[in-house]
Parts: sequence; structure tokens; C-alpha cells
Amino acid sequence: MALILAPGPAPAQPLVADLADHLVAITAGFTGAEVVMFGATDGPGEVVVVVSGPSRPVVVRRKGRFFGVWINRQEMAFEEAPSFYALASSKPIDDILQPSLLDRYQLGLEHLRLLPPNPEAQRDDLPEFRAALVRNKQREGLYVADAARVTFLGEQLFRTKISFPANVATGTYQAQVYLVRDGQVVSAQTTPLLISKIGVGAEIYDFAQELSMAYGLVAVSIAVVAGYLASLAFRRS
Amino acid sequence: MHVYLPIAEISVNTILVVGLGGLIGIVSGVFGVGGGFLLTPLLLFIGVPAPVAVATGSNQIVAASFSGALAHWRRGNVDVPMALVLLCGGLVGGGFGVWLFGVLRRLGHIDLVVSFTYVVLLGSLGLLMLQESIRTYLRLARSGGKPRRLHQHNWLHGLPLKMRFRKSRLYISALLPLSLGLGIGLMTAIMGVGGGFLMVPAMIYLLGMPTAMVVGTSLLQIVFVAGAITFLQAWQNQAVDVVLAFLLIIGGVIGAQIGTRIGSRLRGEQLRGLLAVTVLVVCLKLAFDLMVTPADRYSVAVMLLS
Repeated sequence: MALILAPGPAPAQPLVADLADHLVAITAGFTGAEVVMFGATDGPGEVVVVVSGPSRPVVVRRKGRFFGVWINRQEMAFEEAPSFYALASSKPIDDILQPSLLDRYQLGLEHLRLLPPNPEAQRDDLPEFRAALVRNKQREGLYVADAARVTFLGEQLFRTKISFPANVATGTYQAQVYLVRDGQVVSAQTTPLLISKIGVGAEIYDFAQELSMAYGLVAVSIAVVAGYLASLAFRRS
Repeated sequence: MHVYLPIAEISVNTILVVGLGGLIGIVSGVFGVGGGFLLTPLLLFIGVPAPVAVATGSNQIVAASFSGALAHWRRGNVDVPMALVLLCGGLVGGGFGVWLFGVLRRLGHIDLVVSFTYVVLLGSLGLLMLQESIRTYLRLARSGGKPRRLHQHNWLHGLPLKMRFRKSRLYISALLPLSLGLGIGLMTAIMGVGGGFLMVPAMIYLLGMPTAMVVGTSLLQIVFVAGAITFLQAWQNQAVDVVLAFLLIIGGVIGAQIGTRIGSRLRGEQLRGLLAVTVLVVCLKLAFDLMVTPADRYSVAVMLLS
């Protein structure tokens, strides 16, 4: 921090960045959140910011017609798919990095490493299923390419905003910042970000997970009491 | 006003969800069905994940049907022994159905078989009921006479274990409602939706119960079935969202009271006619869902580690 604010000589590191918040709290009124990322470079260059959520194995299913009826016919498993992926950059990434480098750093939705559990037994329809996975996640607002521009204030200070939708998964996220010069990544930095349920919501969730039998009884009791109260209220009126 | 649902992990509009619960409650109170067939797709539509929608829907059904059952109880329209006999059959059938579901799933294409059976079943049931209720309506309008008995005596009435169901004015073998409950419990477990739409017509036409008595008795039976499902879903799958359930319940219990009032103003054949139309609409919707080309043929689900 001191390095950013200190006037005078350029920072010793080529890239310094941080998030305005390291915790996104999901409270009862949560409808999504925005987190500001800011930083400084030691000179001209382009900045790419990637925020990704915890990875999970997913399965993609394809419907097909069967006697005129649509049913799930084929499926393909993917070993690891980030639950959230957002990319922001100061210039379109295709203009500043070669495809091989985009693949290496997994920059951009086309360059995410999404593979079946055993890549040897790869099927021909992998590209279709992979595209469907990305498309479905995009529709839910969970995969975003060019979410926002990384804007420079002057030549060295930059900032951007990452938006999280209300259906974002909880867990530890990684915010990665890359400094690109002459088609090469010259510096990178990773900052963790925790998205977590806080307050009543968190307590309800823990109750449901840890004391699930009691939780079930409470849920049924609430329903029965509510039904009884409504019946009482309507009898009097 | 939005509120975050801790289990569904999305945020929803409070007023929308309460309204949704109210709508389903009205349907439940009028017809004596749970309404899960309507509630589940609506919850999916607003973005609730499928397991949470199914589990939480059953929690709302407990509240709405209990509210409706109490309202019918005050009017003397609940046949408790009948509900208990049906329930016994239902629990055995449900248990067997869960097992059978696993077997069929391993054989493949279970979804198709289930949906197809349901569409055929609902379609033929709806048409038969509509035909019957229109005919009754026309005859009553013409003659103004008393309605004919709905059931005829046949070999079924010669079965042993006869029981007197005073409220329904029936003296029939307990094996009849028991096997009816069993069959519908089996179907319910396999289909994953409440059996109200099968149970209500079956009670009217197979058991010959008075229509007014059927609705309250069916609701009482549903309270227990939906209660058991809610508990199992919460215990085994942690899929019941009490915040979502609470919002739905507020609307649902009020809707059920209103629905009961609407239902009690209708004559038997009017109620049966309306139910027939509703059954046909549900049937067409299911058929449509099966046939229509999906917007995206692909869907994504988080893989469960097994």
C-alpha cells in the first residue's frame, strides 16, 4: 500500500494490486455485490484481471428426440469447472497476447481448461459440450468475459470493478492480475477473496447441514403451526 | 423487496413468492390437491435449484393442506377413518415405489416412461370426468331432479373386511381404499409429484365418496404424506429452504382458506367439471413440455460425488 501512495521513484515490484474488500458477505438482503480492484504498475503496459470461484466437477447433459419427446440422452462430465469466472482487461486480450499464452494463463472463456476426467478417452463431441457448459454459465451470469474495462488513471494507476450476481457460490475466490508488455506476461499477482454467508442465513445453513433431522422437524412444525393459525384467523373473521 | 435464500443460494422477490404460495393455496383448497405439480415448475422458473424446489414445495404443501383440511373440518367435510386407511396404503405404496424407482432408473429411460404414463393417465381421467360432469350438469338443468348415485354395486362390494365410513355414507371393504392408497402412493413415489390429481378422482369415482367429502379427506391425507416427504428431504438431502418455505407458507395458508370458501359455494358436478378442466390443462402442459423443442438442448449440473 505504501508503495502505491509513496511519491518519487517507481515501485520496486512491476505490479502491485489489491481488492477494496477481501470479504463479500452474503446477508439476508444480498442481491449481488461489486468489488473494486485497484493497483499500480511500474510503467506502461496492459493489465488483465481474472476472478475465479472454487472449481467443481460438473456434468453437461444433452437432450435428444426420442419418439417425438425430448429427453436427456447424452452426457459428459468435466473434471473441474470454476463456479465463477470474470475477466476484465485494459485492452481486448486477443490483441495483447498470443493464443498459446491465453491458454497457458486460462485467459478468456475460450481458453479455460475444461476437460473430462480422463482426457485419453476424449470424445469427438467435446467442443459442443464444452461450449454448452460455457453458454449455460454465461446465461446464469457466472461466466463473464470483458466484465468491465480496466481503466488507467494516468499511466501507472489502474482500477476495475468485478460484479458478483446473487446466485454466486460461497467459498474462496482468487483474483489474479497480470501485467502484459510486448506480448509477454511480465508480472502476476494473486489475491484471495472470501465469499461467505453471514448472520441468520449462515446459521440456517449450518443448522440444515449439521442437525438435519431436527431441521426437518422444525420445518414441518412451522408449516403445521402456520396452517393452524390461518385457520384460527379465518374462523374469527 | 428481495430476500436471500440460504439453502437455495439465490435472492428472490418477497411479494412474488408470497403471491405464488397464495395461488397454489387457492388451488389446493378448492380441489383438495397439494399443488406440487404447479409449484415445482414455478419455483424452477424463478431460479430455485431443482432439489430445493421439490423439497421446499412439499413443506409449503404441508401448511396449505393443513390449513385447508382444518377449514373443511369445521364444515364437517373430513372423513378421518377414510383418510387414515388411504394413508396406510399410501405409506406402503410410497416405500415400495421408492425402491421400484431405483430399479427402473437402472434400466434406463425411466423419465420418459413416467412422463408418458402420467400424460396418458391424466388425459383419459380428465376427459372421463369432464364428460361425466357435463352430463350430470345437463340432466340436472333439464329435470331439476336429484343426482344419480355415482357408483354402482359390483363384485368389489363383496370383498371381506367391510368397514363403515359414516361421514362418506359408505359401507365398503377396507381393502378398497387401502389398495387405492397403495397404488397412488406407488405412483407418487415414481412420479415425484403429489398424487392429489389421481387421488381425488379415484375417491369420487372408484370409492363413490361425495365430492364435498373428498376434498377435505384428501387434504388431510396429503398433510401426512407431504410432512413425511419434507422431513426425509431435510434429513437426507438438506434441501428444504425454510426462508423460502416461510414466504410460500404465508401465502399458502391464506390461499387455502380462500380456496375452501370458493369450493364450498360450488356444487359437486361444478367442482368435478372444474377439476376435470384443470387436470386436462396439467396434462396438456406436461405433454407440451415433452414435445416442445428446448431453448437450449444442453443443461449443466454440479456432479454429486458418490
